[in-house]
Amino acid sequence: MTASAFRAVLARELRLALRHPADTLAAVLFFVLVCALFPFGVGPAPEALARLAPGALLAAALLAALLPLDRLFGADAEDGSLDQLLLSGLPPAGIAAAKALGHWLTTGLPLIVATPVAAALLNLPVAAWGAALAALGLATAILSLLGTAGAALTLGARRGGVLLPLLVLPLAIPAVIFGAAAIEAAAAALSPAPFLLLLGAGLSLAAPLAPLAAGAALRAE
Amino acid sequence: MLEARDLACVRGERGAVFAGLSFRVPAGGALLVTGPNGAGKSSLLRVLAGLLPAAAGAVLWQGADIAADRAAHARRLRYVGHHDALKPGLTVRENLGFYARLWGGEAGPALEAVGLAPLADLPVRVLSAGQRRRLALARLALGLPGDGGAALWLLDEPSSGLDAASVARLAGLFERHRARGGLVVAATHLPLPLPQAAELRL
Repeated sequence: MTASAFRAVLARELRLALRHPADTLAAVLFFVLVCALFPFGVGPAPEALARLAPGALLAAALLAALLPLDRLFGADAEDGSLDQLLLSGLPPAGIAAAKALGHWLTTGLPLIVATPVAAALLNLPVAAWGAALAALGLATAILSLLGTAGAALTLGARRGGVLLPLLVLPLAIPAVIFGAAAIEAAAAALSPAPFLLLLGAGLSLAAPLAPLAAGAALRAE
Repeated sequence: MLEARDLACVRGERGAVFAGLSFRVPAGGALLVTGPNGAGKSSLLRVLAGLLPAAAGAVLWQGADIAADRAAHARRLRYVGHHDALKPGLTVRENLGFYARLWGGEAGPALEAVGLAPLADLPVRVLSAGQRRRLALARLALGLPGDGGAALWLLDEPSSGLDAASVARLAGLFERHRARGGLVVAATHLPLPLPQAAELRL
């Protein structure tokens, strides 16, 4: 019963995202535009761009993934759907987990699809594209989880949209460091595996803890 | 049986909303909660649903405190709040179908019960306020007690925006629900088709 309720909530998230693709498109556009603006600021020297590319990719992707987060629970809270979800028999942590997975599928995954375009704009060596896809996949998943907890905590707070990045981004710093390090390693023809494994460890830590924190915050709401 | 003992509710900025509230609703019974705006009618319903913790006192179902097992309490109730909990971009059928997937039951017959079947494939965006209210109330028709349905209905202004024919349909839903031993607690300003309902003035 809990599993089917989880699937129902997730299916509704995906259906709503398909019906209103503007949020997803805005995040992808933001990501690509930031990466397109970088060469103008840094100058067109290919080596300088390639040096900055890993960090720029990570920072742009995480900021883009943050965009739809402040409405993650807000829309449901305003129209009364959140009350119904809390009475659905699905534990609050399960609701949060479904929301986090939905956020990753509708924001993180499209960002990964757009990564080759962004990587080309930043002159990232093609040899490092695989590592970039893996690093961004793991880092955006971590951000979806942390962001869900942040969105649940700031729900109902005045200026929640300002509070949310302040709360979430500091926690996401390790994901930026290890993600960029993985891409740099691959660009230097070294193995990105250790850094990707560290990202994976972060993800496996956030996967159970963030929904629990978000669930507790939703219950206290 | 639903029972409230010395119930008190405090909302952050508003302070104490009500205190020392005690009442009983027997199986098949109905309770009308009335009172001026801001008297705490909606807050009382949220406390009874377990959505809001009681500041003092307890809500008991068949003698057991609902705070002990909130998930079990959630399964036995349907809450139609002040908001309709509908997504404007989804169709009528999709909106109700989500709750049918959560709780079981069929969306089709429930839409028939509130007279929305002909509009099933329209997006909720184009519905009138009264039609949206009827769609929110259609959740009540998803599985009634006896077929594993919910036993306690908590309704916040259920008839706001409804025409006479819709109120008559609602009367039929209430009657069937109560005949099977279901309870109705409704906060309202308007007369509701709930014969022999007790009244609680806040």
